[in-house]
Amino acid sequence: MTTTTIAPVAPSKPWAPTPLEILPSILLLVGAAVASYVIVAITPMKGKLAYAFLFFVIGTTLIAGRNGLKRGRSALVDSLASSIAFTGAAMVFLPVASILWTTVSNGVKGLHWTLFTQTMFTASFSDPISKGGLLHALVGTLYLIFISIVVSVPMGVLTALYLTEIKGPGSGFIQFVVQAMSGVPSVVAGLFIFASLIVATPIKASAIAGALALSILMIPTVTRTAQEVLLLVPNDLREAGQALGATQWKTVATIVVPAARNGLITAVILGVARIAGETAPLLFTIGGSDNLNWNPFKNYQGALPVYVWKGLMLGTPESIQRAWTGILVLLVLVLILFVLARVFGGRRIKTK
Amino acid sequence: MTQRPTPPAPREITTKPRLSDRIFRGTVTGFGMASLVILTLIGLFLALRGFQTFKHEGFHFLTGVKWESVTSDAGKVTNNFGVGAMLVGTVLIATVALIVGVPLSVLCALYLTFYAPERIKKIMVSVVDLMAAFPSILYGLWGFFVLMPMVQYWAGLLFKYLRWIPVFNAPQPFFERSPFVAGMVLAIMIIPIVTSVSREIFAQTPLDRIQAAYALGATRWGMIKTVVFPFGSSGVVGGAMLGLGRAFGETVAVFTVLNIVFKVNLHILYGMGGNVASMIILKWGEAVGDETKALLAAGFILFVLTLLVNMAANTIVKRTLKSGK
Amino acid sequence: MSPAEDMNNETPGEDMSIDSKVSSSALADVANARSAAREPGKAPMGSGLEARGIHAWFGKHHALENVSLDFASGTVTALIGPSGCGKSTFIRTLNRMHEFIPSAAMAGEVLLDGKDIYAKGTDVTKIRLQIGMVFQKPNPFPSMTIGENVLSGLKLAQLKVDNKEDLMQECLERAGLWNEVKDRLGAHAGGLSGGQQQRLCIARSLAVKPKVLLMDEPCSALDPGSTLRIEDTIGQLAQSMTIIIVTHNMQQAARVSDYTAFFLSDGGPGNMIEVGPTNEIFSRPRDQRTENYVSGRFG
Repeated sequence: MTTTTIAPVAPSKPWAPTPLEILPSILLLVGAAVASYVIVAITPMKGKLAYAFLFFVIGTTLIAGRNGLKRGRSALVDSLASSIAFTGAAMVFLPVASILWTTVSNGVKGLHWTLFTQTMFTASFSDPISKGGLLHALVGTLYLIFISIVVSVPMGVLTALYLTEIKGPGSGFIQFVVQAMSGVPSVVAGLFIFASLIVATPIKASAIAGALALSILMIPTVTRTAQEVLLLVPNDLREAGQALGATQWKTVATIVVPAARNGLITAVILGVARIAGETAPLLFTIGGSDNLNWNPFKNYQGALPVYVWKGLMLGTPESIQRAWTGILVLLVLVLILFVLARVFGGRRIKTK
Repeated sequence: MTQRPTPPAPREITTKPRLSDRIFRGTVTGFGMASLVILTLIGLFLALRGFQTFKHEGFHFLTGVKWESVTSDAGKVTNNFGVGAMLVGTVLIATVALIVGVPLSVLCALYLTFYAPERIKKIMVSVVDLMAAFPSILYGLWGFFVLMPMVQYWAGLLFKYLRWIPVFNAPQPFFERSPFVAGMVLAIMIIPIVTSVSREIFAQTPLDRIQAAYALGATRWGMIKTVVFPFGSSGVVGGAMLGLGRAFGETVAVFTVLNIVFKVNLHILYGMGGNVASMIILKWGEAVGDETKALLAAGFILFVLTLLVNMAANTIVKRTLKSGK
Repeated sequence: MSPAEDMNNETPGEDMSIDSKVSSSALADVANARSAAREPGKAPMGSGLEARGIHAWFGKHHALENVSLDFASGTVTALIGPSGCGKSTFIRTLNRMHEFIPSAAMAGEVLLDGKDIYAKGTDVTKIRLQIGMVFQKPNPFPSMTIGENVLSGLKLAQLKVDNKEDLMQECLERAGLWNEVKDRLGAHAGGLSGGQQQRLCIARSLAVKPKVLLMDEPCSALDPGSTLRIEDTIGQLAQSMTIIIVTHNMQQAARVSDYTAFFLSDGGPGNMIEVGPTNEIFSRPRDQRTENYVSGRFG
């Protein structure tokens, strides 16, 4: 009984539901939608909330009921659980969609070219948005980001190197401290820079003071991401370097860090994304200028979040329009950073 | 600074690489200590600047519900600073945030770990990461203009049907800018951290136990109940506490949506309340002299509070993750 | 009663010549002794498991090719072969554990009592109740007591039982663990030794009364003493159910099984090379590759 010719067999997934099997569930959901529409129409229950609530209750009950009838009680409970888990995920998704939508739809109304070439020096927040611009805020935010990078990246990466390469006796404790530091409220970071620098040293409210406050928030982010990436560098690479007679310094500088380069760039980007939109610490530390200030060490500085803050606090229709447009520009900045972080592949390690 | 025993003297002179390594290790160790130094300095400076307030107010600073600085006709200044009402508000708002945010986050994490198809999972993980990157002032703006009208409506329903429960009662049906609204905004803001910690923990559930449950004929929910929850529940508590730390420290978003009033208000639907962080922002603008010091003291209280919550949370999460390995 | 022998890749030209070379090996003696001790026909007839033309894939990787095997009820079948030959993949297709790997795909049929367990509309949880599984590493639920562990399958499948204590005792006795744990059923399962934990896992599988028990290298994480006790247990269980055991250990296959199937991969997908009564596989294998493996020339 020899089988010499094997007919080609195609891989299949008999456990995956076919469209025909999904169809009843879809029909039930359509039924639930119709039912909730009818109930809203004929009972005193009204509003979007009523639609959503009824649709959820009727839909889950119908689908769970069908599964329960087919396969018994445990299938019913299982089906209920998956519906509820899915609803939870959907309810996390909804606010994000709403936030993006409202920001874009409200923000674009105020977009115009001179926004990026003018400042608020000659305009007031309650003027129509066509007057004045946010150049000063954009410049301020870029200054803040740049200085924060200069301060936090060496600190963060070296701390990460301490935790992964040196693994000194205190590294467990330092790890704990870094985690604790990532929970420091942003308002406290601002207060600290005020209490330590602005009160007691010649450094007054300026871009540098703001950036130092932001660095307190950025260092833990950079450290933790960089550490994650460095841990992914295979240990044989380190051993190979040291077996060739290289010192630890050379091994780290020429093998470990280059191997983790893309991940380290991601660490920096995530750190910047963390601080780019921070508002609270800046309220104590940069003074919130309405004019361009090219000197990061002296005099009040503006920033995008502070621009939004001022617009929001004034509360006139024109100033709120400014806030929306400002937050749109800020959001675009954050989105660019976010996409960049993804492009650099985050946790991938170059082993070649 | 060195970590290893000093090598014999002659060799130290002749081998340069050792020197470079010692410099390297010294530098890296020095920077490794930086976060510890910064954290200590934060505590030190805030305590130092706030010292006068602590000394003057004593324990009353934590329990007092008044925040006033009165200058009499004779020019004598009487200060009465207490963050009691704001502490109550902080806890109240954070509790609302946890009650709403944590179940949503856990459900989302469960869905992502055990239910979602690969493609949806990737998209949703990005969405949650993006939420974490949104500036808090964006949440404030959106919360004020989009969420608040909806929440006001929900508050109306709660008031109408559940008024007999004390927290849902209110002296008047005035639901705008209430702790409930602030709690809802915070609930959305803590979702990213709680979701990602829960997801990390659920993903660590030992595979052999999962398989054991399935091999016994468990449904997916049965498996989650018998294996995932016993393993991950304490870690999820840790994740929720990390969220609590965030909620305690949130400033701008709360300030935007909340009507800050220096009174203890336990009616979450009623439009007044406050938290320590947003109160600091509110009072900062016109504060001079003693009041500034009192605000720095309040900052110190907030710092210690969040630090303790975060440390406890991190310890719990770490222990859970270890137990899965 | 004999497993289907219509297998692929059979090379009939070689089988006669190797007959005498291996017949005196120690393994063959063990297997002969066992088959002599076992009374044929004592096992109940009825429900058997039948795999027909099973293929398995992980993504593009073709892991298992066209395996057909009959498992008669009341027999112990050992699946042997070097690592990566697809035997574990095969056993996981038999109770639909294969599909938990997202990239997994398969072809073929598995018939339980003549019904395809992969047929559309089949409730997979009911299938797994009838085809139990014991894993490589003992995996009791650490949050439960010993007693709760035994009954956990009932709770998971929401089955009702009249007398839980009796069932618990029966399962623990059949798994050979009762005497060791009867005084501490309320203790947590984590306190047991590795071998005891594995027997607890066997007891747990028995509580839902499966017709077939799959064992995926159940002793590979255990010490020799515990291994022997588990093998005793397998011998006891074989009186009343069908057992399929994957093992790396040929001694074990010779000691516990009635039939042995040899799996091998030549770099491509895993194949079943040959199947037969265990004493024959170890004394007179028909395939040269089987002989090379059982005589220890590779693997």
